Amino acid sequence: MDNLYVQKLSVSFDGFKALDIDIFEVAQNELRVVIGPNGAGKTTLLDVLCGRARPDVGHAYFKDQDLTKLSEDEIVDLGVGRKFQAPTVFTSLTVADNLMLAVKANRGVFASLFYRLQATERRRIEEVAERTGLEDVLDEVAGTLSHGQKQWLEIAMVILQDPTLFLVDEPAAGMTDEETFRTGEILQGLAEDHALIVIEHDMEFVRQIARKVTVLHEGRILVEGPMEAVQNDPRVIECYLGTAMEREERSAVG
Amino acid sequence: MSASRHHIIAGSLFAFFGVLVPLLNYLGLVADTTLNLWGRYFCFAIVALGMDLIWGFTGILSLCQAFFFCLGGYAIGMHMLLKTGTKGVYGSTLPDFMVWNRIEELPLFWEPFHSLPLTLLLGLLVPGLAALVFGFLVFRSRIKGVYLAIITQALALAMWLLFLRNETMLGGTNGLTDFKTLLGFELAEPATKRGLYVVACAALVGAYYLCRYIVGSKLGKLLVAIRDSEHRLRFIGYHITRYKLFVFVVASALAGLGGMLYVPQTGIITPGRMDVQASIEIVVWTAVGGRGTLVGAIVGAVLVNLLYSFLTGAFPGTWLYFLGALFVGVVLFFPEGVAGIVGRLRRRLVPA
Repeated sequence: MDNLYVQKLSVSFDGFKALDIDIFEVAQNELRVVIGPNGAGKTTLLDVLCGRARPDVGHAYFKDQDLTKLSEDEIVDLGVGRKFQAPTVFTSLTVADNLMLAVKANRGVFASLFYRLQATERRRIEEVAERTGLEDVLDEVAGTLSHGQKQWLEIAMVILQDPTLFLVDEPAAGMTDEETFRTGEILQGLAEDHALIVIEHDMEFVRQIARKVTVLHEGRILVEGPMEAVQNDPRVIECYLGTAMEREERSAVG
Repeated sequence: MSASRHHIIAGSLFAFFGVLVPLLNYLGLVADTTLNLWGRYFCFAIVALGMDLIWGFTGILSLCQAFFFCLGGYAIGMHMLLKTGTKGVYGSTLPDFMVWNRIEELPLFWEPFHSLPLTLLLGLLVPGLAALVFGFLVFRSRIKGVYLAIITQALALAMWLLFLRNETMLGGTNGLTDFKTLLGFELAEPATKRGLYVVACAALVGAYYLCRYIVGSKLGKLLVAIRDSEHRLRFIGYHITRYKLFVFVVASALAGLGGMLYVPQTGIITPGRMDVQASIEIVVWTAVGGRGTLVGAIVGAVLVNLLYSFLTGAFPGTWLYFLGALFVGVVLFFPEGVAGIVGRLRRRLVPA
């Protein structure tokens, strides 16, 4: 049972209820997009799932374990990978070294001191680099990559951890249209053998990748369903009216 | 630079400093004081290598490395005092300062330092263990950045105050001095001084290759990754604390090694060597030479101390201003230090 099952989850910061979810479920190999206006609790949801924030009450079950009780690295070991909103890669290391560090291996201090890259690991790095369009920049220092390439590098690093559940926070933010489209393809490819939760603002991008969409609003799940149904739901349109809608139009123009 | 060219350069430098210079000294062409001075610089360079590992590569600004240096220094100092036997001023088997302080019996923690092998081991282990315990408490609590710098400085200050006290049984303000022999050799003899110089030079080469191996390994990449984005590394599933502890322990053991080689060459160790300023000076050496390059740390330690020797002689009243200006200048205009300047010049002269 590799479903993610979130039950009666509630998080508040200084009395402000950031998240208040009754039930939220993501099946194996499902690509779920979570949308919602600013402050809807999207990032908080991912923070809880990867151990960065603790809920006041509630549970998040994954592989028969309660994620809300585990530490960050135990959650990683369980197979939950997180891609942060701002690209965070190791800027002074080469792309190849970035990927090498992400490969699952014995992580003891002395094992790392005497570590030699195995041929199978090298092949795996090359394969993932190809999958994310980084095969030509493996020897470049990550700090010199374009914004889009950094995002892909981070995605590639998460792939190398072999997660079964992939948490992706605004992967297309700041990307060109072309890069955004390419990112969509990468994520769709991943959905063939991973479960993904993708947070996104860019509606064009959401339309490209989305199958089932969850709309969060003020910490609660407003609507859940296929993209077309959600798009035309009057409650969604209402909550998006105002700032969020304007911003979306601006980003569509820009 | 290719590995073989690297070995050739390192080898010829050692041939010059470790073989030729002592030979010239033997022939009377290099002054004993010059040799002795450079021998001390090599000890500082070993400390700077550790500083570069922890600060240059890992991004942890530890301001207590001089304390670990002194732990090594005190260890060998204790051994040498015990070996003085009854040849001290008061003819007692106890070190002179204990006689002044009316201590009748050797404190228990002095006992292991009768043996030289044990002393050498403890000179590395004690700083290493101190770093392990202190580092565990600090890194586990995820203290980093400026907070870590402050807390390590507080440790340096606390230890300095502790070592100043007579009750610590380490000679208080006056520290340990008046050493006579090491391994049976008279410390006052030029031949012994030459030997100590060569050992320091060889130890520097060894320390350099050790650091180079660490930096080139996957562990070395992890250290740089901690500097770049600790947060990302944690979410790849690494236990950051372990790697930080490792590098802190290695850096501190190297500082201890430097201290052990330094004290027989200067003949004195006092708490003044571990005051707050002493640890900051180690940071200055590393910054001036160039962070994250290893070679820079060595060059910086030697260069700044050469300058220090010159300035304290030429401008006894104002030398500290020159040193301060140097550090500010490097930080503002050459953040990559001497190694960075050399690298830039080389790129300009030899286009890839």
